[in-house]
Amino acid sequence: MKYLHLIWASLFRRKTRTILTLVSIVAAFLLFGLLDAVRTSFAEAGQSANGAQRLQTGSRLSFIQTLPQSLQSRMEQVPGVKTVTYANWFGGAYQDPHNQVFSFAVAPNYLDLYPEMSVSDAERKAFAGTRTGVLVGEGLMQRFHWKVGDRIPMQSTIFPDRSGSKNWVFDISGVIHSTDKKAAGFFDQMMLLHWTYFDDTTPYNRGQVGWYVTRVTDVNQADRVAKAIDALSANSDHETRTQTEQAATASWMKQLADIGLIVTSIMGAVFFTLMLLSGNTMMQAVRERTSELAVLKTIGFSSTSVLAMVLAESVLLLLLGGVIGIGLAEPLIPLISHGSNGMLALSPVGAGSWALGLGLMLAIGVLVGALPAWSAMRLNIVDALARR
Amino acid sequence: MKTWMTLLLLLFLAVVLGVWIALPWQGALVLTVLLALWLGLTRPGRRALSVAGVGISTLGQRLGSSAVIVVGIAGVVGVLVAMLAMAEGYAETLRKTGSLDTAIVLRGASAAEVMSGLDRDSIVQIAQTAGIARDAKGEPLASPETVVAANLPLKGGSADDEGSVQLRGVGAEVWAVRPQVRIVDGRRFTPGLRELIVGRGAARQFAGLVPGQPIRLGSQTWTVAGVFASGDALESEIWGDANVVAETYERGSSRNSVTVRLADANGFKPFKAALEANPQLKIDASTTLDYFSKQSEGTATVIRIIGIVVGTIMAIGAMFGALNTMFAAVAARAREIATLRAIGFAGLPVVVAILLETMLLALAGGVLGGALAWLLFNGYGASTMAAGSVGKLSFELHVTAGVLWQGLKWALAIGFIGGLFPAVRAATMPVTAALREL
Repeated sequence: MKYLHLIWASLFRRKTRTILTLVSIVAAFLLFGLLDAVRTSFAEAGQSANGAQRLQTGSRLSFIQTLPQSLQSRMEQVPGVKTVTYANWFGGAYQDPHNQVFSFAVAPNYLDLYPEMSVSDAERKAFAGTRTGVLVGEGLMQRFHWKVGDRIPMQSTIFPDRSGSKNWVFDISGVIHSTDKKAAGFFDQMMLLHWTYFDDTTPYNRGQVGWYVTRVTDVNQADRVAKAIDALSANSDHETRTQTEQAATASWMKQLADIGLIVTSIMGAVFFTLMLLSGNTMMQAVRERTSELAVLKTIGFSSTSVLAMVLAESVLLLLLGGVIGIGLAEPLIPLISHGSNGMLALSPVGAGSWALGLGLMLAIGVLVGALPAWSAMRLNIVDALARR
Repeated sequence: MKTWMTLLLLLFLAVVLGVWIALPWQGALVLTVLLALWLGLTRPGRRALSVAGVGISTLGQRLGSSAVIVVGIAGVVGVLVAMLAMAEGYAETLRKTGSLDTAIVLRGASAAEVMSGLDRDSIVQIAQTAGIARDAKGEPLASPETVVAANLPLKGGSADDEGSVQLRGVGAEVWAVRPQVRIVDGRRFTPGLRELIVGRGAARQFAGLVPGQPIRLGSQTWTVAGVFASGDALESEIWGDANVVAETYERGSSRNSVTVRLADANGFKPFKAALEANPQLKIDASTTLDYFSKQSEGTATVIRIIGIVVGTIMAIGAMFGALNTMFAAVAARAREIATLRAIGFAGLPVVVAILLETMLLALAGGVLGGALAWLLFNGYGASTMAAGSVGKLSFELHVTAGVLWQGLKWALAIGFIGGLFPAVRAATMPVTAALREL
């Protein structure tokens, strides 16, 4: 620690070079911060503690196939099941079919299963009492400048009403506040309407349910409960497939894209380049300081402490740039999530990303410093001073 | 360097980059020829060339630092080209699915086939509309189709690992409506039976799609009759008889869409007009080319934007790497450059020489990155849930000439910025000070 000043001074001996190198490192770690946020938000989707208690039951045939509503009462009889709720995909869009909104037609007890969404008691009551009522996520309210009490026209991209028109009208009864910051991007953009209103209005649903959500009493029993639920409809014309929310989300994300592979290959290219670049800087730095290092050794610095100092210098360089880079990613991520209207709900840079980032900074710092530090250690004082 | 000069330089840089981004390859060719003529025929040009020659001949002694430019830029170009090739391959696969002489008819205001629904009456009326080609027996070439999803086990996953595939129930006329579909293994399905033909892409992704094998869709067992190839998005689907599929999925006599073959290639406008003139129909019609191109737009744009954002951040890193290297190179040659200027070389040849050297390195990086991306990723199979469909779409990355050119453009732009500032510093360094410097 007492040499920190010396290391700092030698690092900024050539300001232009160090700053140029730093900017490259900042860019690399900024990219790392952003991409790792993408990776973790894909990997951690549906992995909350609340999500672990929930099972999703859909049609075994395919995700667009619906299930009979009568299944609910039978599912509630399964031992280990606490509550059962259901929902349908509504496919809403506001003003323009491209302004898609995550909108579900849900059973009255839907909110009970999702403590992640909080709605004030008064507003929940208002929602329950309004046939055409909807609950809207905070972010969605802001996006379209809606207020509670507004009457809003929505298009369904799938379901027409009895007259064949796809234009629906809803009354905003309340706001959904997200209590889970990590999943906020999703619940923030959600719209919930009454399943009964939906089913009464469209001639195409006929009492069917898109999927069921079950809360289990004991998380450890989840697998057994899932099997028991699927057994209810085995060999019928509406066989079900029940998965934990976590497994369902993971398999969905996997179908979307192998994000992990893409992120890893891009970061591989970035860090390879970065190593070459900062390695070159360190080589230059040590080469031009040959005589200074020789002087250090002459006045009594041991070979190992010279080695350690050069290594510390390269690690410091990486740490400085890396911390600034990830630090820059931190405020950028909410901006991106907000700018994409919930399409890309990135989780903020977590402790895991910081730990991985710091680990990478140390590793790259040691790697690129190794060769110059080795040559500094092996430096022969007489040769170096004689500039041989 | 004085502040106003830096500002002027930045302004110049912005203008150059703006023009460069908009420049087509023909423009770049003209620029190259003009530059070559200037270098070869004018006095300052020949001087620039000889100074550049000295710089380039010493590249070997600065292998490490020169490699920073080459590898840095190769990384940027490689990632950029791979991402653009992904967008290109995705869009191309969907675009190829459509053609100008076939049209798709959906229920009005439906964003995609799966979201549409047409009842029996509408289907009959659509098929009777003027402008549809007819077969030898006089039947209109129209295929009413049911599009649904089916869960199938994924290849290489555990037994519980299921993915979604798009299942298309097709009409009897489909073979004439979509002649690009040909059976490569096995035979066609038999109408009326629970038989399927599977696309080559689907067979690659899902387990058990082998001719002669039974597969389970929900609680029912179907038999795979054959494998088909079409070279487009249809290859990611599995097909069965529309009536049987509709029965399995409780769709009754309604269908999602009707795809028709038009009587002639320019027949879409009159066909659409005839459909719209029918007051009983509430439908949207578009050529399949139009329909599938639109489906690909959103996703392809997203992939492109991600590629450009990642590329830009990487480019910033590479640019500063190049600046670093070239500043060091200029500093090392400060005396040599000062000597040249003392014996009467003007500033311009010096600037051009250093720019030439950097851009040559950048070009090498661009070519290396592009070649690597081409070797590694051209034809690389990828898949995603396609927008507007309910199944996994498999497609291949396609490194096109356009994408490679885009990558080279980026490489040269990075090289230009990386070389410009060191070059200007070299040309404006006070001669006396540089000569005195050790």
